[in-house]
Amino acid sequence: MATSSSAPTTAAAQPAFLQIQNVVKDFSGFKAVNNVSLDIAKGEIFALLGSSGCGKSTLLRMLAGFETPTSGRIVLDGKDLADLPPYQRPMNMMFQSYALFPHLSVWENIAFGLKREGLPRDKIAERVEAKLKLVQLTKYAQRKPHQLSGGQQQRVALARSLAKEPQMLLLDEPLGALDKKLREETQIELVNIIEGVGVTCVMVTHDQEEAMTMASRIAVMSEGRFLQVGAPGDIYETPATRFVADFIGNVNLMDGRVTEDEPDHVVIDCADCRHYVGHGITGNEGMPVTVALRPEKIHLVRHRPNDEFNSVAGRIKEMSYFGSFTVYHLELKSGATLKVSVANTQRHRDEDFTWGDDVWAHWSRSAHVVLTS
Amino acid sequence: MKLKAATLYRWFGHGWLGLGYLFLYVPIVALVIYSFNDSPIPNVWRGFTLKWYTALASDTEMLAGLWLSLKIAFLTACGSVVLGTLAAFALVKYKRFWGRTMFSGMVNAPLVMPEVVVGLSLLLMLVSVQRALGFPERGMMTIWFGHLLLGMAYATVVVQSRLMDLNPQLEEAAMDLGARPHQVFWLVTLPMIAQSLVSAWLLTFTLSLDDVVLSAFLSGPGSTTMPLVIFSRARLGLNPSVNAVATLIIVVVAIGVVAASYFIARAERQRQRDMAAAAKG
Amino acid sequence: MQRLQHVFSGRGLVIAIPFAFLLAFFLLPFLIVGKISVSEMETVSFKDLVTYSDGVLALTLKFSNYVFITQDSLYFKTYIASLQYAAATTLLCLAIGYPFAYFLARARATLQPALLMLVMLPFWTSFLLRVYAWRGLLTEGGWVADLIVDLGLDQVLLAAGMISSPGKLMHTPFSLVLGMTYTYLPFMILPLFGNLAKMDLRLLEAAADLGATPWTAFWKVTVPLSKAGIIAGSMLVFIPCVGEFVIPELLGGPETLMIGRVLWDEFFSNNDWPMAGSVAVVMVLLIIVPLALFNKYQAEAQERH
Repeated sequence: MATSSSAPTTAAAQPAFLQIQNVVKDFSGFKAVNNVSLDIAKGEIFALLGSSGCGKSTLLRMLAGFETPTSGRIVLDGKDLADLPPYQRPMNMMFQSYALFPHLSVWENIAFGLKREGLPRDKIAERVEAKLKLVQLTKYAQRKPHQLSGGQQQRVALARSLAKEPQMLLLDEPLGALDKKLREETQIELVNIIEGVGVTCVMVTHDQEEAMTMASRIAVMSEGRFLQVGAPGDIYETPATRFVADFIGNVNLMDGRVTEDEPDHVVIDCADCRHYVGHGITGNEGMPVTVALRPEKIHLVRHRPNDEFNSVAGRIKEMSYFGSFTVYHLELKSGATLKVSVANTQRHRDEDFTWGDDVWAHWSRSAHVVLTS
Repeated sequence: MKLKAATLYRWFGHGWLGLGYLFLYVPIVALVIYSFNDSPIPNVWRGFTLKWYTALASDTEMLAGLWLSLKIAFLTACGSVVLGTLAAFALVKYKRFWGRTMFSGMVNAPLVMPEVVVGLSLLLMLVSVQRALGFPERGMMTIWFGHLLLGMAYATVVVQSRLMDLNPQLEEAAMDLGARPHQVFWLVTLPMIAQSLVSAWLLTFTLSLDDVVLSAFLSGPGSTTMPLVIFSRARLGLNPSVNAVATLIIVVVAIGVVAASYFIARAERQRQRDMAAAAKG
Repeated sequence: MQRLQHVFSGRGLVIAIPFAFLLAFFLLPFLIVGKISVSEMETVSFKDLVTYSDGVLALTLKFSNYVFITQDSLYFKTYIASLQYAAATTLLCLAIGYPFAYFLARARATLQPALLMLVMLPFWTSFLLRVYAWRGLLTEGGWVADLIVDLGLDQVLLAAGMISSPGKLMHTPFSLVLGMTYTYLPFMILPLFGNLAKMDLRLLEAAADLGATPWTAFWKVTVPLSKAGIIAGSMLVFIPCVGEFVIPELLGGPETLMIGRVLWDEFFSNNDWPMAGSVAVVMVLLIIVPLALFNKYQAEAQERH
C-alpha cells in the first residue's frame, strides 16, 4: 500500500515553516515546475531528488529568489516571499560551484554577507571566527580560494552561507564536485553541522544516496511534479509508483493480476510465480497490478522451498561482484530477469553460486509492495 | 626514415617562425639603428651620433604634436573603457532588447570599417552640427570623438570576452548574501574584470596615439597630432628626426610590454604553484 | 511613460548610453554622408534637398556623382584594383600567417607567452613608423632592396609585373602589397592562434589512430576546425585593406591608386564633399557582404560561450 505525506512527520498545530503552494514556473510554454505544493517544518533537512531537467533546480532558485514563479505562492514563516529580491530574503544558498569570490580571502568571503548587513566590525569578527571554527578552517582564514583544496573550498562555502544565520539554508548539489571517498565523509560532517546549527535546510540532488543519508524527508521529482514525498525509509520500502520504485535503488518489477482479494491478504499471479502478499490492498479481483520486490529481500537456495507462493526457479545468467555484496541476475522461465542481491557475510562460502547454476529464489510474505501505477 | 621526417618538420616549423619574426622586426631594428646614423641619407652609414635626439628637444612642432596626442590618447582611453564596458554589459547581460542586432553591428563595425569612411562621415556630421548649433569647432574635441568611436569598439571586444568567461554564480552568490545590484557590480564584478579594463585602456591609448586618418579628417587649425606631423614629414621623404622619435617610442613600448608580460607570467606561475600545493592538502 | 521609466532604470542606462553614442556618432554620420552624396554643393554649403517655393515642393537629388563613378573607367578600375590588392594582401597574410600561428600554437607551452608577446610587440608600436621604415628599407641602397637585387629576385618581380623597372622597388605594387601584408599580419595571426591553440590535440590523435597520415589529418581535421579563425582573420585584413590610405600613400605609387586615396583627394584636394561622399557610399556597398559575414562571425562567437 502506498503512503505519501506532504505534511511533516511531526504533526504541528501551527502552519508549516515553509509553504510552497501551487507553484508553477512556465518558460514560454515549457513548464519546468508544474504545480507543486509542499510544507516543510522548521529544522527539517529536506531533499529534492530527481534527474537533470526534472525542475528541482528551478524550484530551488525560486526559493532563493533568482526566478519568480509564474503562479503560486511561497511563504516562509508566515511571510509571502513574492517580489522579494534575493538580497532581501532570509535564506542563503550554497552553490554547486561554491562561487567563492576569488579576489577575497576566506575571511573576507565569509564576512561578505555580514558587511552588507552593516554589522559593527567587532561583531563581524566574532561571527566569522565562530563560523571558521565550525568548519575547522581557522588556520586558513587569510588564504585565497585558489589556495584551497576542493573539500576546503566547500567548507568555506558552507561557512559563508551560515554566516548570516539565515532562517533557511539552500544547498545546490552540495557534494557533486567531490570524489567518492570525500563524499562519504563530508555527508556525515555536513549533516552534523547543519543539525548542530539547527537551521532548516532544503537541498537539491540527483544522487539518491546523498538524499537518503542526509535528508529527513525526500521529494522525488520528475517533469516538474512531485511523485512522492516522505521519509527515506518510506520512499524506499513503500514507493508509490513504478517510476519511484525504479528510480530509488534497484527493484524487480513483475506485472500480474490479482486472483484472490481478501481483507488480510491477496494473491497475485505473475508470469513466473505466484505472490502471497500478507496484507490487503485497495482493489479487486482481476485487477492488473505490478509487484515491486527489492533484490536484497530475496534469498537464494539450491533446493526448492516448501512454499508454493513467493518462490521461483531460475538460472544464474550474470553475476556482479561488489565486494560487500553480489548481485545475481537470474533468468526465469518466461525469459524475464530477476535481480537478487546477496550479502557476503562470510569470507569463503561452500555454497557459492556461479554462472549456469539452477537455483531457487524465495522471499517473505511482507517483502513486496503492490503498485497500481 | 620516420625520424628524418619528424626532424624536417620541426626545422621547418622553427624556420617559418624565425623568418616570420625576422619579417616583423626588420623595420623596427632598422629604425633604431638609423636613428644613431650620422648621415642625412639613412642608407649610408657615416658614424654614431646622438644629434637627431638632441634636435628632437628643440623640435617644437613634434613636441607640441606629442603633447596633444598624449592628451587625446588619455581622454580616449578613459572614455573608451567606460563606453566599452557599458556596451559589453549590455551585450552580455541583456540577451533581448529592442535593436540588439543593430547595436551589436554598430559596436563591431568600427573594428574593420576603413578609417577614411569613418573619418569622412564623422566630419560631415560634425560640420552639420556646427552649422546648426555653432559648435563643436574642429579641433581636439572632434578628434577625440573619432578616436572614442574606434576605441569603444576595441574596448567592447576586450571587456566582453572577459565578461563571458565570468561564472554567473558569483554574482548570484553576492546577491544571495545581501548585495544589491550596484553593490554586486562594484564589489564582485568590477574586481574580476579589472585586468581586462586595464588591457582595454592600454589598447585604446595606443590606438589613439597612433591614429592618422581619423585625426586628419577631424583636426582643425592648431590641432596637429604627432602622427600627423610624422605623416606629413614622411610623405615628403626620409627624415632622420622621425627615426629618433620612432626609437624612443619603440623603447618605451618594449619596456612596457616586456615588463607587463613578465609580471603577468610570474603571477600566473605563482597561482599554479598555489593550486598544486592546495590539491596536495 | 513606462517606457521612459524603463530607460532610466539601471538596465536602461547601461544600454541607452552606448546606444545613443553609437546612433549619434556612427549611424547618423552615415545617413548624412548618404544625404550629402546626393546634394548639390553651393560654394561652401549645401543646397537643401527639399525646397518649397511658389507652392511647389521639389526634391532635388543629384545622382550625377554616382553615375560618374560607375561610368568613369578610372573610378571603376580603382575600385577593382582596391579589391584586388586587398584580396592579394589577405591571401598573403593567410599563407604566411597560418603556418606561423600553427607552429606558434604547437610550440612548447612554457615558450608560448614569450613568443606571443613578441608578436604583440610590433602591434603596440606605432604602425605609421613601421610602414615608414619600409621606405628606408626598400629605396635604392636600403637593406631589403639590396638583398632582393643581390638575390636576383627583382627580375622575378619584374616578370610578375609587380615592379616596372629592375632595382626600383619603391612606389610599386610590390612595395604596396608588402607594406599592407606587413601591417596586417598580426591581425591574421592572432585570431588564428586563438583558434588553433584551443584545438583539442586529442582529435589529431584520434585521426592518427584511425589511419590518417599527419598531412591528411591536417587538411581533414585541423583546417576545418580552424575555419572560424580563418574567416575572422581574413575579414580583419580584407575589409580595412580595401579602404587603406596611409600605406598606399607612403609605399604606393601613381600606378597603385586605391580608393582610399581617391576619397582623400576628393575631400582634401578637390574640396568636392559630395563626390567624396559618393565614393564612401560605394566603398561601403562593396564591403557590405564581408562586413555582414564578419558581424555574423562576431555574433556566433558570442553565442558559443
